[in-house]
Amino acid sequence: MTMQIRVFGPGCARCATLADNARTAVDRMGVDATVEEVHDLLQMVALGVMTTPTLVVDGRVVLSGQVLTPEQLEEVLAVDS
Amino acid sequence: MSVKAAERRSSFDLPLLAAVLGAGILWWFLYRVNGPFWDWVVFRVGGLAPQGRLGETVRFFVYDTTKILLLLSGIIFVVTVLRSFMSLERTRALLGGKREGFANVAAAGLGVATPFCSCSAVPAFMGFVAAGVPIGVTLSFLIASPLVNEIALGMLFTLFGWKIALLYVIAGLTIAVAAGLVLGRAHVERWVEPFVFETKVSAAVSAGTPLTWRDRVELGRAEVVAIVRKVLPYLLIGIGLGALIHGWVPTSFFLRFAGSGNPFAVPAAVLIGIPLYSNAAGVMPLVEVLHQKGLEMGTLLAFMMSVVALSLPEMILLRRVLKPPLIAAFVGVVAAGIVSVGYLFNAVLG
Repeated sequence: MTMQIRVFGPGCARCATLADNARTAVDRMGVDATVEEVHDLLQMVALGVMTTPTLVVDGRVVLSGQVLTPEQLEEVLAVDS
Repeated sequence: MSVKAAERRSSFDLPLLAAVLGAGILWWFLYRVNGPFWDWVVFRVGGLAPQGRLGETVRFFVYDTTKILLLLSGIIFVVTVLRSFMSLERTRALLGGKREGFANVAAAGLGVATPFCSCSAVPAFMGFVAAGVPIGVTLSFLIASPLVNEIALGMLFTLFGWKIALLYVIAGLTIAVAAGLVLGRAHVERWVEPFVFETKVSAAVSAGTPLTWRDRVELGRAEVVAIVRKVLPYLLIGIGLGALIHGWVPTSFFLRFAGSGNPFAVPAAVLIGIPLYSNAAGVMPLVEVLHQKGLEMGTLLAFMMSVVALSLPEMILLRRVLKPPLIAAFVGVVAAGIVSVGYLFNAVLG
């Protein structure tokens, strides 16, 4: 099944970096996944988090307020895949 | 979580401790040699006259840039590591279900302790209000967060001593609590965009894996780099202006316009501060110089608070959740609070 990764943020630099790093991590791991930046913060708030950027994998909040490197993201995503 | 991460957490991290201690000692050393080093470079190597205007201006610029960059890095690092134990989600859980009054005080205090950037202002507002935190309490949080700025606090402490720093914190918290109470009483719900109330919030989630000390130190280091890079232009402009004023503008110039003889000095300082978009790091060099030129501390603190707490970009962000009358009330109440604090300090310290 395709892993669905969403990065929530108002479009700030940190959010864009996190999304880029997630794309890099996914490419390196060679897993079947989509990475999407979401600007609608209402959805994020509804998930129970307020700190941007927030990383959501398949509907589950994995990270909030942190910008991880591609290497760290690989470690985090390996658990979910 | 990987085995590696679990190992890192359980073991005592000696290399990390050594690195942090080493950085601390280096920092202290640089801070101590900063003055003598630039004296030597500017006056001995550069050959500028120590009492001359040009020499004074150049020395002030290089010395102050180094000093403030060092202060800024040290303060941001310590604050970020301490704050990594708090989060917006935890703060909301602490504030949930509390009545107005005490909750405003708690919100203002938490506003200072919680890691927060203006890009999280909108989700924080939505999240707090949707979870049932009263609007006045939420506003106390949102006002205290930028107003009692840890960078400004650290710099005030280093440049002017603990009394001024303490007065600043008390004044900032008082303004945040009072403004939240006033706006909360005014039933401003009608000026909040209705979709905020319609949001359903699931229980707060624990986001991600728990942080190790190594993660916290890395967060601190990354934050220092990010903030210094962001504020550097403002800082250089602030210190540049400060250096020019320091060397070239006579003391009598400012005293005539903004000294204790002018009863409108404080509101004028606040009005000038609102459209100025800078940050504590950029304003502090100016405050330092203007203080040396004889301006009163209350007037200067009012100016600084106005610059950091009332910024146009944040108002534009908040427009997504607040209607214009509430934004206007927000600015008005906070500005009034800052003006009162300015007058009070001038009376007490003058």
